[in-house]
Amino acid sequence: MQLKGYERLAPERLDAVFAALADPTRRAILSRLATGEASVSELAEPFEMSQPAISKHLKVLERAGLVSRGIDAQRRPRRLEPKPLAEATQWLERYREVWEANFRRLDSVLEDLKAREKERAHPKRQGHPR
Amino acid sequence: MTNPGSLIVSTPSDREIVMTRGFDAPRTLVWEALTTPALLRRWLGGMPGWTMTKCEMDLRVGGAYRYEWRKDDGTVMGMGGLLREVVAPERMTATERFDEPWYPGEALVSQVLTEKGGRTTITMTLRYESKEARDMVVKSGATSGMEMGYARLDELLAAGRTPAVERR
Repeated sequence: MQLKGYERLAPERLDAVFAALADPTRRAILSRLATGEASVSELAEPFEMSQPAISKHLKVLERAGLVSRGIDAQRRPRRLEPKPLAEATQWLERYREVWEANFRRLDSVLEDLKAREKERAHPKRQGHPR
Repeated sequence: MTNPGSLIVSTPSDREIVMTRGFDAPRTLVWEALTTPALLRRWLGGMPGWTMTKCEMDLRVGGAYRYEWRKDDGTVMGMGGLLREVVAPERMTATERFDEPWYPGEALVSQVLTEKGGRTTITMTLRYESKEARDMVVKSGATSGMEMGYARLDELLAAGRTPAVERR
């Protein structure tokens, strides 16, 4: 929850990235593009989808900045733009780091509470060093 | 000593973050640690270099809570909200708003505790405010059910690894 102090990523951009990733076909397209650029027809092939359907998904990915078009005017190959993906991961990564640290401290608080419960259940042990 | 579970972070929708973590303690103790200011201060420290300087919680539905942290350079960060749901030792839902917001509006944070064999799992859902989020809450249950786990994204990144994505 407490993430301030970190650089702020454009929320709209992040939203667009997460929305784009929230679809299995689009994730599959990204996985495919991760192995190298591909034209729309090359992308349509393994998905058993029409080219217009693939184009629609590509538009969403392009709007999120996850995919760009190559220079070859004929094939118009699409390629993966890794930066927004890295941003999205980084954002989650930070959440993760902060909460991992918090939860590790919570582990030790819980150890203390368990020790207290034990002490309550068997309260003799005078002179215990805590 | 402890055998804590690993933290799982996922984004089941574009407005939610869900974190799940197992703890080697019964639910009543986890609840105590989540709702007692003196204990919260000990673990809700956030990032390195930050210390929790204020922790108040009026533990009842409609009650307020307020947290403040101070960084070693003197920067202060505060946040708080209202408790919407308090069901000991099972669940707590609260609004969350930062003094200097780093995301638009308010988030709704729910923490659900489930116990199994003396171990407790916390599932924390952070839902961010937006028209879409509200629509989603209204329609409740109409979410895609799609899980874009963190590991999944990581995998994808690893596959496309180029100097620009190298993270370490």
